Amino acid sequence: MPILEVQDLSKSYRQAGGETTVAIGNISCQVEAGEFVSFVGPSGCGKTTLLMSIAGLLPPTSGRVLVKGSEVAGPPADLVLLFQEYNKSLFAWRSVLGNVRFGLEARGDHSAGAAKKAGDLIELVGLKGFENHYPWELSGGMQQRVAIARALAYEPEVLLMDEPFGSLDALTRLELEDTLLRLWQELRTTILFITHDIEEAIYLSDRIWVLSRRPSRIIQELKIAFPRPRDQVTTRADTRFMKIRNDIYRQISHRGAE
Amino acid sequence: MTGRSSKLNGLLFVLGLAVVWELTAQAQLINPLVVPPLSKILRIFWELSWSGQIPWQIIVSMKRAAVGYFLAAAVFIPLGIFMGLSPRIHRMLEVVVEMLRPVPPPVVIPVAMLLFGLEDEMKIFVIFFSCAWPILLNTIDGVRNLDWVLLNTAKTFGLSRRRIIRQVILPACSPQIVTGLRVSLPIMLILVVISEMVGSTDGIGYFILDSQRRFRVPQMYAGMLALAILGYTLNQIFNLLQRALLPWHGGMMRRREEG
Amino acid sequence: MNAPNKFNWPGWLVFGAILVFWEITSRGLPKLQLYIPPISQIFWALGQLLLSGTIAKHLSVSLARFLEGYLLAAAIAVALGIVLGYFRSLHSWLEMLIEFLRPMPSVAIIPVAVLILGIGDSMIVAVTVYASMWPVLVNTIEGVRHIESTLIDTARTFGLSRRRILWQIILPGASSYIVTGLRIGLSIALILVTTAEMVVGSKGLGFFILDEERSMNSANMYAGIVLVAVLGYALNRGFLTLEGKAMKWHHSMIAREAA
Repeated sequence: MPILEVQDLSKSYRQAGGETTVAIGNISCQVEAGEFVSFVGPSGCGKTTLLMSIAGLLPPTSGRVLVKGSEVAGPPADLVLLFQEYNKSLFAWRSVLGNVRFGLEARGDHSAGAAKKAGDLIELVGLKGFENHYPWELSGGMQQRVAIARALAYEPEVLLMDEPFGSLDALTRLELEDTLLRLWQELRTTILFITHDIEEAIYLSDRIWVLSRRPSRIIQELKIAFPRPRDQVTTRADTRFMKIRNDIYRQISHRGAE
Repeated sequence: MTGRSSKLNGLLFVLGLAVVWELTAQAQLINPLVVPPLSKILRIFWELSWSGQIPWQIIVSMKRAAVGYFLAAAVFIPLGIFMGLSPRIHRMLEVVVEMLRPVPPPVVIPVAMLLFGLEDEMKIFVIFFSCAWPILLNTIDGVRNLDWVLLNTAKTFGLSRRRIIRQVILPACSPQIVTGLRVSLPIMLILVVISEMVGSTDGIGYFILDSQRRFRVPQMYAGMLALAILGYTLNQIFNLLQRALLPWHGGMMRRREEG
Repeated sequence: MNAPNKFNWPGWLVFGAILVFWEITSRGLPKLQLYIPPISQIFWALGQLLLSGTIAKHLSVSLARFLEGYLLAAAIAVALGIVLGYFRSLHSWLEMLIEFLRPMPSVAIIPVAVLILGIGDSMIVAVTVYASMWPVLVNTIEGVRHIESTLIDTARTFGLSRRRILWQIILPGASSYIVTGLRIGLSIALILVTTAEMVVGSKGLGFFILDEERSMNSANMYAGIVLVAVLGYALNRGFLTLEGKAMKWHHSMIAREAA
């Protein structure tokens, strides 16, 4: 049974003037446990709305989402959504350790061992030594890592990530891509990743769904079969990498005009 | 102008003023009955402080003030949170709040006197009413300005509504709530003084007015000095508490200012 | 966020329900009526007072004192604030004195004022000026200080006269701060006038309210309070309107001078 299933999901909004905007046209897909999948699409195609709907934070207009077979009617227990604006999502009043511990507390773990578990996660994301810093003292990339550590502390079976590396500089982005893959491989979480960066999606994922502009639909599904572990140099140097990238790019810029 | 030399200037000016005061009062250039020499005032202040008279009056006043203040916090912070979270409740109570807000707080004193006489409850009620609005409005503002990302983050971690309020909303709004409490502090002090001047038989406000009525003028000034010191001390205590309870906020604000 | 022009039905309904509840409870419990008379009685009393002209006298007295005190305070404080904000060295001399006097609640000045000026209009205006000055002064200083010194220096290198610098750079730059100070000063002025009238009154709304309380005419007392609240509301509205007009006038003046 797929761990996550989206069935004919659509979402529309009523605007202030009375007109209806359709953010998501019709999306259906299935994700198996342990996969790393990505949605790629132009900006404004409703990617955030899609993730929020899957995460149970927005009710769909029609269609449904199933997590581990049960329909989603509110935030599901085994799923966490990581927001794009990490600086607004981190808790300014808690230290790095406090933020990560929050993930454990949300799981119900208030034990003495929680601090150690949090410390391990902090080390895993490469922030050892910064446990007692406050979020505002950290750089953007470091803050994003705290957010990831906090989400992983919750031990979700499904992790949704909304363009997590979008506002970081290119080098930090590459570093975090590899960190994420390392974590994913160790923890075997299912990851649903959203990005507008085509190459990032190809680099990270097992499968990619290409989204159209609003009202969004899936215009293409691709299986990415590069061997793991992936490497920033060799994987990206593979001739098929660029071919897939160009293929997707054409799809988006061609279909985007619709 | 360095910080130290500017502070020195300020100090020199105050000292100069004090000297001028003393000399003109001693030389009887101004009516010593109305403005006695500074030395006399300070002497009386010292005596009354040691004899316990002034401290006693201050304690009496502060007891009332504190009860009113904390009562207002206990009622209006939760109310502010509910009004901030629920646009429906906010709209329902909005008219009542806007009707009561323009009432200048001292004007409530006769009502309080009618209902509670000249007892402590009268002053507590007045301070409760007066501190309500800054606390309520700041709390509502703080909740309304919460970023939806923060709230949704709490939700995605599966927190119950109660836990979200306690663990996320309250800490996130605490700087704004503290602003409301800070603004209410001088209001509390002003109202306790006024209510004691209008309807009381003890307290520092009564003490100052009573001294004037009995023409114990140096004593009156001594009372005012005590009040100024009290105001200053309360501010310092508040700042200390704020730094202790919101250690994360100060640094964040400093970073923002530096840009 | 509420749509701006939607009439707040739930709010007015809740308010109306409270009024109805008040009326019914008060009429139903005769013992309560002395302390909390029915709403209808209060408005009846208000109507009577207005028609007979009794309260008009008090209202005009209070309003006159308020205007005199507030406008004087505003003029002094804005002028002084600009000077102190601009000439930082001068400010450094006075800074300590200001910080000394600020924590003392300005109402404590009333007994001194009575001593020096007696219990007439001049005393009430004097304490109003003293109290309202502070927020205006402090905010004006802050407003002028926060204007980038480079902005002023640039203006000077362009050879702008002192007067033009004042009107075209300092006032606009500091205007939002000054307006904040003026708004706070407005509420404080009203508070001080009513307070002073309560402490030493023989005329004015503050005195009237307290006097009616002493005579146990609770309906009249509440009527007076309603009137003060309406006065406060009207003054605030007036302020907002004037502020809007002043900003427009200022912009048009700049445009004219630039042409």
